[in-house]
Amino acid sequence: MKRIKSVTELLDLRDQLKSKLIARTEKNGSESIIQVKVAMATCGIASGARPVFDYLKEEMEKRNIPAMIIQTGCMCYCYAEPTVEVTIPGRAPVMFGNVNTKKADEIIERYIRKGEEVEGVIERNYKTIDEQ
Amino acid sequence: MNNSIGGIQMVKKQIRIALRNCGVIDPEDILDYIARDGYQALSKVLTELTPDKTIEIIKKSGLRGRGGGGFSTGLKWEITRKVKSDQKYVVCNADEGDPGAFMDRSILEGDPHSVLEAMSINGFCTGANKGLVYIRAEYPLAVERLKTAMRQARDYSLLGQNILGTDFSFDVEIRYGAGAFVCGEETALIHSMEGLRGEPTVKPPFPSEEGYLKKPTNVNNVETFANIPVIINKGWEWFSSIGSEKSKGTKVFALAGKINNVGLIEVPMGTTLREVIYEIGGGIRNGKDFKAVQTGGPSGGCLTKKHLDTPIDYDNLIAAGSMMGSGGMIVMDQDDCMVAIAKFYLQFTVEESCGKCSPCRIGNKRLYELLEKIVHGNGTKEDIDKLRNLSAVIKDTSLCGLGQSSPNPVLSTIDNFPEEYQEHIGPKKCRAKVCKSLMQYFIIPDTCIGCTLCARNCPVNAISGERKQPHVIDQEKCIKCGVCLEKCKFSAIYIN
Repeated sequence: MKRIKSVTELLDLRDQLKSKLIARTEKNGSESIIQVKVAMATCGIASGARPVFDYLKEEMEKRNIPAMIIQTGCMCYCYAEPTVEVTIPGRAPVMFGNVNTKKADEIIERYIRKGEEVEGVIERNYKTIDEQ
Repeated sequence: MNNSIGGIQMVKKQIRIALRNCGVIDPEDILDYIARDGYQALSKVLTELTPDKTIEIIKKSGLRGRGGGGFSTGLKWEITRKVKSDQKYVVCNADEGDPGAFMDRSILEGDPHSVLEAMSINGFCTGANKGLVYIRAEYPLAVERLKTAMRQARDYSLLGQNILGTDFSFDVEIRYGAGAFVCGEETALIHSMEGLRGEPTVKPPFPSEEGYLKKPTNVNNVETFANIPVIINKGWEWFSSIGSEKSKGTKVFALAGKINNVGLIEVPMGTTLREVIYEIGGGIRNGKDFKAVQTGGPSGGCLTKKHLDTPIDYDNLIAAGSMMGSGGMIVMDQDDCMVAIAKFYLQFTVEESCGKCSPCRIGNKRLYELLEKIVHGNGTKEDIDKLRNLSAVIKDTSLCGLGQSSPNPVLSTIDNFPEEYQEHIGPKKCRAKVCKSLMQYFIIPDTCIGCTLCARNCPVNAISGERKQPHVIDQEKCIKCGVCLEKCKFSAIYIN
């Protein structure tokens, strides 16, 4: 059972999970993997995030690109839903707006495969609590 | 892909505190939350701090209720702690009812654990072992994710009996609201949870003294709770360094209406409306003119160009005749009629008034009728005074916050846009061309080529004329639907 019985256990678990998260984004690390996040709050789903999520999941597998496709909550860019964030190991995360399956295909082929710039990038316009 | 344009570093106006995990973590995976310091604040409170020390931190942080009232959160916790009782409750108010507001939904859908963690911390501080989330049934996904989060937290022993191996036990239940606006008011909310009619009662006694099932109950809003873990983790000094003098931290706003970048934003208190609308919001849609911004929903008011440089915080918004509310921000441009906007909000209040007290039940209805009269071109100068007087009575004598604030949209539009009211009453004009009763559609004979397109599309056959001859609109029959204007390819139709 996964019960956490003490604070020490919680902190150990956190550290373990945290280093795993960091390891995923490292360039050429043993844990390195492409992470694709799809904003799936009610608003995102209503504007078509689910087909995009399913498409990314299926196509990345079909095209033999190891990746984690993760659903998240709202990324807060309502004017550009559905939004997708791609983190390639060793590079800063990039967020794309107004993603449909066609755009998703372009993101896979051009941004993920070839590292080319793809239109529709949303600049992150906020500071995180660690940056403040 | 850095954050610069032409090499110049853009200054980021936003800081995400309450929204820190939204769009970042998988809300259905507790491990993702733990990896980002989740439940660390709770463990710190349980092992390193005492309830009194924790309350002291929250008090010093300067956090004020994000649901609208702006009462000191730490003080509320302290009051609940001091009341002696065998049973106490923690309630999370997730009955987000303002038109156009959706920050609480986003937090619950994107980061449900932060709310659960904060509720447990609150339970430890106030001496409650039970928490209740009062959530709108219209938010099915938020409910689903919250349930998943509760199940996972129990599995990991972060909720339930003996949390983290300590002797502190706390569990949470969900209560559904049926979408009544008044149930966001804490006493009405509590009655609704008790199975009674969702009607407010006079305070005092405050819920902190006598709330759910007559037991001391600490009611906080979703966004308020979402701030708690960060304050504990990063310290009150850090939190209180953000924001303005009397309003600390950040506020999430749902930016909507005629603005380019519709979305959720989280800005430090004290940010100006201009920064929010023009820098973060990207300005007004289609290059039109900014006219007003409505804050605080049906309880708030409209702010205008002259308020653009006012720093947004609780006290400044109230001084400007509006209020923070839960954080809806609806931007309006030249195409919005302020009288019609006031009428829209009043219609909402009339529908949502619970009917318990007369000023709200009858007064708002009368206010609405006066506005209806004005938008139909039947208003008189005296009606403005009547609106003002009646508004003052409703504000002073209503039982709860709903009635006490419902005339705000009327008063603020009368104050800030007196010329629009006068135009509706005197020359019977609506400059935004919204109020149909004051409009007349005409065909310009010299421009009309007699293509018959308008006549064929008119739903009430109000347009007549021979082919290749100028057409005429029968004003008696015309219902002012605007179809002819839309269909005419020769700009031969104009509105008076």
